[in-house]
Amino acid sequence: MKTMLNVALPKGRLGEKVYAMFEKAGFECPSIKEQNRKLIFENEAAGVRYFWVKPSDVPIYVERGAADIGVAGKDILLEYNPDIYELLDLNMGKCKMAVAAKKDFRYNSQKTLKVATKFANIAQNYYTSCGRDIDIIKLNGSIEIAPILGLSDVIVDIVETGTTLKENNLEVIETVVPISARLIANKTAFKFKAAAIEKLKCELEAQVEAAK
Amino acid sequence: MDLTLKYEESTVFALRSLYSKYGYSQYKMNKFEEYDLYVKNKDFLISDSVITFTDTNGKLMALKPDVTLSIVKNSKDVKGYVEKLYYNENVYRVSKGSKTFKEIMQVGLECIGDIDAYCISEVISLAAKSLKEINKNSVLSISHLGILSAVLDSANVTPFIKSDIIKCIEEKNEHELKKLCKENGIDDATAVILSNFISIYGSPDTVLPEIKKLSNNSEYLSAVNNLENILSLIEENEIKDMLQIDFSVVSDAKYYNGIVFKGFIEKIPNSVLSGGQYNALMQRMGKKSGAIGFAIYLDMLDPLKTNDSEFEQNIIVLYDEATDISALKKFTDGLVAKGNRVSAQRFVPDKLTYRQLINFKNGEVEIIENNA
Repeated sequence: MKTMLNVALPKGRLGEKVYAMFEKAGFECPSIKEQNRKLIFENEAAGVRYFWVKPSDVPIYVERGAADIGVAGKDILLEYNPDIYELLDLNMGKCKMAVAAKKDFRYNSQKTLKVATKFANIAQNYYTSCGRDIDIIKLNGSIEIAPILGLSDVIVDIVETGTTLKENNLEVIETVVPISARLIANKTAFKFKAAAIEKLKCELEAQVEAAK
Repeated sequence: MDLTLKYEESTVFALRSLYSKYGYSQYKMNKFEEYDLYVKNKDFLISDSVITFTDTNGKLMALKPDVTLSIVKNSKDVKGYVEKLYYNENVYRVSKGSKTFKEIMQVGLECIGDIDAYCISEVISLAAKSLKEINKNSVLSISHLGILSAVLDSANVTPFIKSDIIKCIEEKNEHELKKLCKENGIDDATAVILSNFISIYGSPDTVLPEIKKLSNNSEYLSAVNNLENILSLIEENEIKDMLQIDFSVVSDAKYYNGIVFKGFIEKIPNSVLSGGQYNALMQRMGKKSGAIGFAIYLDMLDPLKTNDSEFEQNIIVLYDEATDISALKKFTDGLVAKGNRVSAQRFVPDKLTYRQLINFKNGEVEIIENNA
């Protein structure tokens, strides 16, 4: 019996691009392109089963073994720190984790810095490494509004083009870490399906190199 | 006789019999230990939260989060003497998912004292046999910490970068590793060796010749030879097939040195067995001798449990207030004597599955339902 690889793909534009790479690598699954609300797609002949999940949930599916491999942004991996293998930088979905503030912002060393973010762990680790005492305000969206309303001094968030920041009169003041999509694998799955996973990794690596 | 043992019970039973065959004796410990022991060795623990309470004499005590530390504390330190112990104990740790304390059943084995190559190979093969006992589709991934540290030491890598490099190897993260080496001025030759620690893995017969070629450093080669010697002592084919050299198995060098390993079972997402040589821990605790051991986390075996019988109960016997109780008793005893599992009830319980439903009213037996 052919090994079946269970793949967790992040729903959305990134996931579709990633699927195109997987398809080119020989793990095609035509039914995935049908317009419907199904979430699981299987192609037994190619030995692959895909499922769409919320991007931030991909590491959870992989860490707990529901998926053998998956594709997740480095931001999510840094935030959740899952016990998985990170096999490849797919060099797509590129952006950066950055600190942004209002244009006239100056650090005040007398005050505790108030940081609004979706990524509490990343922000905490970053400011700990800088030796700065901060107060984290965990928000779930529209982070840009926090400094404008005086809820926070700065924000730590993903910056792609910087348009949203500009429109809200904010600017990047520090880069925390560059972000891109990564191929991740469950540790046990890697032990028992090494050949299939390595094959896929090699094919994808060649595509990444070719695109550079 | 139908020994309706729970899955954990039958597993523990099999493992205990395996360990005692090789001369290991059971170590029984108290539920509590002085908190001091864990504070001093905080990084050795998997979760750093411990349940504590003040004993009647004012001492701060802890519900044990770990067994190894207690065994080491109580071990004898006599030259030429080796203690062989196994344990089956509950430990109390914070679970990663729910972030609350959980009671976890752990089985483990420790070989402490003047240990030699025989002891080390015996413990490794017992780890492999334990996995096999649980499930035949299992792998024991082995690494030698001396190999990696020889490479890092000879390249004069600072401790801070060292831990980042080790994390990359643990994650099989070749792209970040390359970046890290470049950013920190690690020479190309070392960077290539480190990359190889990610890409080379597999059976000892294929891996050992490859890694021998990587470096001429004497410390490196002595660590590789040490690993080779130990693994060559394991000759049983069924065990040999399970062994894999994989450098992504890393453990904290403050406690571990030499051989470390992790066991994986198909369908269980994380490693179920973890162990290694922990001479460094022995030294930290003021002991001169060495030690090797492993622990198996039985709480992780859940995915292997199957519904061995389709029905929770064989037979449900229904009765009511008017039923003659002594006749009912005789009837159920009779069914039990024939080897059935019987539950006498006045109503059919919700969501209970059963093979046969019998109405026992007014001394008459009527079969209402038969689920074959």
